[in-house]
Amino acid sequence: MRVSGIDCGAKFVKALILDDDKILAKGSAASGFDQKASAQEALGKALKEAGFSMEELEHITATGTGKEEAAFAQTTVTEVGANAKAMSALHPSVRTVIDVGAEEGRAIRIDDKGKVVDFAINEKCAAGAGTFTETMARALEIKVEEIGPLSLKSQKAVPMNAQCAVFAESEVVSLIHAKHSKEDIARAVHDAIADRIASLSRKIGLEKDVALVGGVARNVGFVDSLKRDLQLDLLIPEDPEYSCALGAAYVALEKAKGG
Amino acid sequence: MEKEYWRWPESRWTAPDIDWKSGDIISAGVDVGSVSSQAVVMVDGQLFCYSNIRTGSDSPESAQKAMDKALEETGSTLKDVHYTVGTGYGRVNVPFADRAITEIACHARGANFMYGPSIRTILDMGGQDCKAIHCDNKGKVTNFLMNDKCAAGTGRGMEVFADLLSIPIEEMGSLSFKVEEEPEPVSSTCVVFAKSEAVGLLRKGWPKEKVLAAYSSAMAHRVVELLERIGIEKEFAVTGGIAKNEGVVKRIEAELSIKALEPQHDTQIAGALGGALFAKALVEKQRGLR
Amino acid sequence: MLANYGYKNGSGDYFITIDTDKCDGCGNCVPACPFGVLEVGEDENDPFREEPVAKVSEFHRKKIKYSCAPCKPMKKRKPLPCMNVCSPGAIAHSW
Repeated sequence: MRVSGIDCGAKFVKALILDDDKILAKGSAASGFDQKASAQEALGKALKEAGFSMEELEHITATGTGKEEAAFAQTTVTEVGANAKAMSALHPSVRTVIDVGAEEGRAIRIDDKGKVVDFAINEKCAAGAGTFTETMARALEIKVEEIGPLSLKSQKAVPMNAQCAVFAESEVVSLIHAKHSKEDIARAVHDAIADRIASLSRKIGLEKDVALVGGVARNVGFVDSLKRDLQLDLLIPEDPEYSCALGAAYVALEKAKGG
Repeated sequence: MEKEYWRWPESRWTAPDIDWKSGDIISAGVDVGSVSSQAVVMVDGQLFCYSNIRTGSDSPESAQKAMDKALEETGSTLKDVHYTVGTGYGRVNVPFADRAITEIACHARGANFMYGPSIRTILDMGGQDCKAIHCDNKGKVTNFLMNDKCAAGTGRGMEVFADLLSIPIEEMGSLSFKVEEEPEPVSSTCVVFAKSEAVGLLRKGWPKEKVLAAYSSAMAHRVVELLERIGIEKEFAVTGGIAKNEGVVKRIEAELSIKALEPQHDTQIAGALGGALFAKALVEKQRGLR
Repeated sequence: MLANYGYKNGSGDYFITIDTDKCDGCGNCVPACPFGVLEVGEDENDPFREEPVAKVSEFHRKKIKYSCAPCKPMKKRKPLPCMNVCSPGAIAHSW
């Protein structure tokens, strides 16, 4: 049974196609000014990879901030619900899912059946989401992909006081002027955001195993800082940015089976 | 070098009719903010001179520069000042200050002088913070809150938009009214997200005046929300750099249905002025006059 | 004076209010807080007040949403330790 899950995120739309519980294809597109078109594009890419047409999909479920824009989807699910679904299916031992996307960070606690017990979201503030590292990379005049590896080379921790992405930008500039190395500043950036994500996770009562998903999970610098802050290991699935899309696809599968 | 649209002009002022030499107490206040610094000198409690400059990377140096600029052309020097209070974000970095007092206390005191004893609510919109203060008829603080954690509702947010829209900061107020119809405010509070929202609006073909109007009203709404936490009592005044932006002030007035009192002096000097008033009171205390 | 320490950001209002007229500067709240959020010292906002007063430490002012989070679990929230030990009732939290 072929279904699709589509996650309309703030920065990217991710689409994933399942044939029963086998992942057939994935596709993503930058969230443009017209998110409807971006959603179409992402799904189009996934369909092309899978080699069939949209008509052959039994059900499509959308999630993400722009889920209403995916007009072709029959149902929607929240990001919290989608993440819970995806992680409990992939790694049944997971009790806490930390999802850090471009504009939101969330922590979700699930039980052994994948049911959501508790969740907390940090939204509408760039300091607690991926945009923060992106803005800081710009202030450091490096590419966003570079900030993570750079941070791992840091020799010492430098405190960062600003709690706002705009103010942190000027703090980064003054840290550069104060002759701190870019490596140490990069780590300060990751420690700062990890601190906020960690306290969000503690708020819901962190329980092992802990999975980290969302695009920011690809940032090795952030992962390192978060592990240090939480003092535990993090389970990171392959293609962590597709976690929501995968969860949505599982929901679609249930719907298609008449669930 | 690219044009820096956020840059605003420095200024100074001297009272035309005060002879400082015959003064009994010469007091001063220096407010070292994150973006601008002011110095105010008073002679026996009367406003004598003031300056308003940009804060440099070195706070003690900025404090000195502000003081030098205030006293410039007055014939008096720092040695003639009996007592100086430092205030603002860099208040502990005023090398010649006799004491440091918070900007909250100084703003209330300064506004009491600038706007008269009927002032009860002061909204100070600075470069990197926003303060809502209630005070009594003597300028003593009764309730306050300060937001210096988040750039929304601060001058910094406006600077980000000055650069984004390539509009000189002094023209932002008047340009924000050059719209046929008031647009919906920008929905994001966070400056970073508001900026990406604005980029989207520009791409959609909105003229920059319209985007500016949408941001100005979002900013007004944001500070009104902050003000509502402590409540609004008449009379009301806006101080700080944003007080010079009519695009924000008029929108705040409209949302609150209240008129802000008209300032007679530079709205950015309230903190330093309060400092100078405290300095005078502290000299009187020292001399056993109070 | 009602001294509101904290901030408002896109996600909500996070303020600790100290009523300085009620606060007698006893300092019981300082050790009661497991995270060192509160301190007692000179009233920064009233230069003529002689008695000490409780305040939120400079370090925590911009992050109290996070600093106070462990005392505010989503479920089964117990009374806050800082408020519990304040006999004049001078401390209030906005969230």
